[in-house]
Amino acid sequence: MCLGVPGRVAVWIDQDPLMALAEIDFGGLRKRCQMACVPEARVGDYVLVHAGVAITIIDEVAAEKLLATLADLGEMNPQEASFP
Amino acid sequence: MKFMDEYRQPALIQRNLAELRQAITRRWVIMDVCGGQTHSLLRHGLEAALEDVLELVHGPGCPVCVTPAEAIDAAAELARRPNVIVASFGDMLRVPGQRGSLLQARAEGAKIRIVYSPMDAVELAASQPDQQVVFFGVGFETTVPATALALLHARQRGLTNFSLLVSHVRVEPAMRAVMQSAETRVQGFLAAGHVCTVTGYENYHSFVAEFSVPVVVTGFEPLDLINGLFECVQSLEQGQPRLSNQYERSVSPTGNLHAQRLMEQVYEIVDTPWRGFGRIAGGGLAIRPEFCEFDARVRFQLADAVCSSDVDCRSKEVMLGVIKPPECPLFGNQCTPETPVGAPMVSSEGACSAYYRYSRSNELTS
Ligand code: SF4
Repeated sequence: MCLGVPGRVAVWIDQDPLMALAEIDFGGLRKRCQMACVPEARVGDYVLVHAGVAITIIDEVAAEKLLATLADLGEMNPQEASFP
Repeated sequence: MKFMDEYRQPALIQRNLAELRQAITRRWVIMDVCGGQTHSLLRHGLEAALEDVLELVHGPGCPVCVTPAEAIDAAAELARRPNVIVASFGDMLRVPGQRGSLLQARAEGAKIRIVYSPMDAVELAASQPDQQVVFFGVGFETTVPATALALLHARQRGLTNFSLLVSHVRVEPAMRAVMQSAETRVQGFLAAGHVCTVTGYENYHSFVAEFSVPVVVTGFEPLDLINGLFECVQSLEQGQPRLSNQYERSVSPTGNLHAQRLMEQVYEIVDTPWRGFGRIAGGGLAIRPEFCEFDARVRFQLADAVCSSDVDCRSKEVMLGVIKPPECPLFGNQCTPETPVGAPMVSSEGACSAYYRYSRSNELTS
């Protein structure tokens, strides 16, 4: 139910505070989503969409930090960790 | 897809699981609150991979499962009226009310549409001005901004044929109910990541202090879940219950203030009945009186939701983490996804249905 799908802001359509709308790219598939909760999002940002409404801008720095931490666990040398 | 695939890499999962297992010295009882997390733990084989060292129990975080049967009956009854269309999320259709499910009502001619977003129901109302469109909205705080926005859009567009029948529930009071239950064995929580995206997590400081249990804000992908469990286990092993956020890419301490503003503008906090649980103080949201023209309960003069319980269904004990679904005597024989006795066997996020579907899956998949 609380599923959230990450997608990239492709183009803003309406920047009215209440009716805010943008086209979001979900790995090639584009859908119009409500942007009233993320008015500060910029084209290229990733947002998390739930029930047609973007509910946050994904923090890419935090995302990379976590992946680096998870990859460093155990014996692995940090230099060996690489991500596509 | 970016922000999903990276968190499903089998080699990383194996390595982090091994690390987690090493950190555990006691079989702690940890509850994931959100049905999406329950589903992911079972689907990706994490529950099976940790079964011998950790006891994972699955909390009340399946909104479909806790929506009162009476609300489903009310939605079905509305959809049978002339010139009324009820729109809802697909998950709601198979859940039995006391007088059958919405799917059965639809087979008997009731006008019920499945929509992906409450906004689709607003469009439906705009395109069919001679019909009353009711959006039957259930869900936790994650979903509340969407229904609030739908209501405000309908008002802005001057639509007089759109209303909401809502059964919105709040997560933190349910976690409180779990800890206040005499039977509880829960020692730590994974907090629902996407609920916290909206609400933030500062409200959990007092919860952690009051009940002395760690609360870890956690995401939904396998590596997120392992990482959340790791933090929870460390907190328990060190004897220092603390609040932490392991889902920083989507959750900030204060949450999404725009979303909270929408939520507070349209809804107020009320005591509400949870199916299987009974009444929970502050457990739900109701449309504020100033928006009553968009409240289907007012527009169609429906009675308030009541507490009903499903005879023989042991969902309350499942949701409190007292028993696991297979310990219910009906699990897998009288109660299956095809012939559900209780709501947790219906929704894909209900704990019983997740156990039924994935009980034989103990592979670590991606
Ligand atoms: S198995 Fe069926 S009857 Fe038993 S608790 Fe789950 S939903 Fe209820």
